[in-house]
Amino acid sequence: MPNETRRGFLAMMGAAVLVATAPSAQALNTDQARALIQTSLDEVYQVINSGQPPAQMYRNFEAIFARYADVPVIARSALGPAARQASAAQLAAYQQAFQGYIGRKYGKRFREFIGSRIEVTGARQVKSFFAVTSVAHLNGRSPMEVEWHVSDKSGQSKYFNIIIEGVNMLASERAEIGAMLARRNGDIDALTQDLTQAG
Amino acid sequence: MRILIPGLLFLALTAATGCSSGRNSDGINDPYEPMNRRVHAFNRGLDANLLRPVTRGMSAGESKGGPSAGGKAVELVGNFGGNLSLPGKVVNHLLQGRPVPAVKNTFRFLVNSTLGVAGFFDPAGADFALPEEDTDFGETLAVWGVPEGAYLELPLIGPSTERDAAGRVVDLFTNPLSYRLNSDERLIGLGARVVSKAGERGRFGDSVDSILHESADSYVQTRLIYLQHRRHELGEEGDEIDPYAE
Repeated sequence: MPNETRRGFLAMMGAAVLVATAPSAQALNTDQARALIQTSLDEVYQVINSGQPPAQMYRNFEAIFARYADVPVIARSALGPAARQASAAQLAAYQQAFQGYIGRKYGKRFREFIGSRIEVTGARQVKSFFAVTSVAHLNGRSPMEVEWHVSDKSGQSKYFNIIIEGVNMLASERAEIGAMLARRNGDIDALTQDLTQAG
Repeated sequence: MRILIPGLLFLALTAATGCSSGRNSDGINDPYEPMNRRVHAFNRGLDANLLRPVTRGMSAGESKGGPSAGGKAVELVGNFGGNLSLPGKVVNHLLQGRPVPAVKNTFRFLVNSTLGVAGFFDPAGADFALPEEDTDFGETLAVWGVPEGAYLELPLIGPSTERDAAGRVVDLFTNPLSYRLNSDERLIGLGARVVSKAGERGRFGDSVDSILHESADSYVQTRLIYLQHRRHELGEEGDEIDPYAE
């Protein structure tokens, strides 16, 4: 059902965002990109099924996200053109707050993933990066397509976008961070302050 | 009523083709934004004051073990409503020149209407590998080459586009079943759809709350998610984002 998948997308991002891609020294190929996502999924499910209190899970999720996603690129892309006017210190503080916000916002959906599984189905090269495809089987929902975009441009293999049934995280966070920044009339420090409370 | 169809079809086509094109750099075409935002505020208020409180209990008690008794009842009613919508989907698949999903949905309808006790259960999906193949007249218009048109947010219904809104109007008439039902039976079908929607609001409560009541600009998030997902369904997606190339 379309509405189910539409609404399920946010839930999916919960697990998706937290998935890790192990660092790799060699240039990336499809097999490696695929293996990275597989390993990472295992790791995320370990936390989801650990039975820890939610607050502890959010911290674990944030740590995984910080370690395996290309946070600088995701955070900068979400900020948009405003990133060019910010000082290095402002950007660093914003990035730190953004990372915590992502960990809480998507981590909150962990309950929907208990008893679910995500099956990696393939990988292909897209332009200068790799797209790993997978199918998420969640309780009582039609299977959902989840695509992971992995790049080694940062010097390590990391993921920078997740697309669930067509809905992509980068575009969604660009819109959200853009709206938060507009609410503060373009003041990045105020945005950073808000982000520490948001999610 | 049959005479209405060609007329509506014509209206839908002219409405959808005559309308605004021209997406901005984000792939969004929203010339009616001020009006849409007013409708969004209405829909959001309706959700906060009616849907959210009413549906909160429907999914309560849902846990690892599966849905609660209330959740199960909602699921059965949802199956029933979904089954009634299948003949309309078959018509649309045929109009799109897609016989395979049309045949699958026909078998699904036959199996669930009989073995599934008038559609309350879903043996076709569970035992015969015949999940619902979803479609609608909006997709039929897309297949016929009608452009998406401007974004619209409709009262009660939610996000849409000019093309999809036209499709919804036509879909009131594409279901052959509706010509065989009396007004009471139609009302039951409508009731089943409303219960099923309310059930979804309960089951996906956290996700809906997050988008509708926790985002900085819920109008923009709703618009983005709807358009991206719909374009994905129809195979009309744009290019991937490459943040390293920016």
